[in-house]
Amino acid sequence: MDNSLINYTLHLADTTLILSQRNSEWCGHGPILEQDIAITNISLDLLGQSRNFYQYAAQLINFSKHSEAKVSPSGGDLEGASEDSLAYLRTEREFKNLLLVELQNGDWGQTVLRQFFFSQFQYLLFEQLQQSKDEQLAAIAAKAIKETTYHVRWSSEWVIRLGDGTDESHQRMLHAIDELWRYTGELFEAAEYETAMGIDLAAIKQKWTEKVIAVFDEATLPVPENSFMQLGGKKGVHTEQLGYILTELQYMQRTYPNSNW
Amino acid sequence: MMYKTIDKKMLFSYLEEIKDPEVPVLSIIDLGIVRDIVLHDDEVEVFITPTYSGCPAMDMIATEIRVELATLGFKKVIITQTISPPWTTDWMSDEGKRKLKAYGIAAPDKRFVIPADGVECPLCNSTDTKLMSAFSSTACKSLYQCNDCKEPFDYFKCH
Ligand SMILES: [Zn+2]
Repeated sequence: MDNSLINYTLHLADTTLILSQRNSEWCGHGPILEQDIAITNISLDLLGQSRNFYQYAAQLINFSKHSEAKVSPSGGDLEGASEDSLAYLRTEREFKNLLLVELQNGDWGQTVLRQFFFSQFQYLLFEQLQQSKDEQLAAIAAKAIKETTYHVRWSSEWVIRLGDGTDESHQRMLHAIDELWRYTGELFEAAEYETAMGIDLAAIKQKWTEKVIAVFDEATLPVPENSFMQLGGKKGVHTEQLGYILTELQYMQRTYPNSNW
Repeated sequence: MMYKTIDKKMLFSYLEEIKDPEVPVLSIIDLGIVRDIVLHDDEVEVFITPTYSGCPAMDMIATEIRVELATLGFKKVIITQTISPPWTTDWMSDEGKRKLKAYGIAAPDKRFVIPADGVECPLCNSTDTKLMSAFSSTACKSLYQCNDCKEPFDYFKCH
């Protein structure tokens, strides 16, 4: 059986989970209370989206297990997969999230710039996905796009505020662009399972680039030339950062298997 | 054996007793979270939909529905979460909107689909108000401040 749908759903689940985990590191550390609340709200939205994707992936895996679908190279037996087993018991090489979302938060500017790059992309992706022939992915996307609309607006405002702010904030945004830009190419580089799902990443790339140019113009920030782009996350080849995130995220389940709240 | 005398309409009114744990003035019926109830003898299936993908109140609401229906004598209670069609504030009852305002939260207002300055203050009815943050104490609200009475207040976002 073709595993494209399962792998693609896991890619969506992993990406939203890891970005949620990263953003939640700001909890209690945001620059001011309102923004601490904003970034953790975004984190919660992403966690909810990832739960929807993991639940669906688990359902697909359990349904396909008779057909000897090989989904987990290491976990071997994913029989009785659940949203928890998929989030807590897969290894680094099995995670298919975008590299962009696993990078360290850096300063506030870097965090909001990453959210901006990601949310603009996610909005355009969900626009397509809600038309998907797969009813469940379409339903999750139609639900989530309302939340993403807020993330796009919030992160765009911050990029403009900091880019067109003080000398210090402008410098920090230049630094953030420098840190993150080479990870944006992966958004549009289709993995096999994305091609199989019929996602038109070229169309998304064109619109995404227009949005980024418009906001960067207002923020008085330069749009970098396309240079070397780092790939790998979608295929499970990650930066060293992901291992640290998973260590923390999976610690409880691995130390006390099957523990519950 | 009480369940034998209960019809769907009555069940909806029983579920009025269950409040949203985050906005305890609203019942899950006011919010439009309960999409359908299907009865087969001593079994009942309740279809609920989350307000937001990550709404942390859903597990608690599901548990409370189970308890309420078990109390009525149902042997088997199935809670099924649906996400399509996605929840919208259009499903909130007028009664719900009235209760929200009385509780100090501005109700969703079609003129402010995108939160902006000017949402009516639930405390003094002034429209001279300022959006402080699109995100507030829960996913479903934005934070405002009234320029007249100076009080901060939440606005239940159109969704
Ligand atoms: Zn007022």
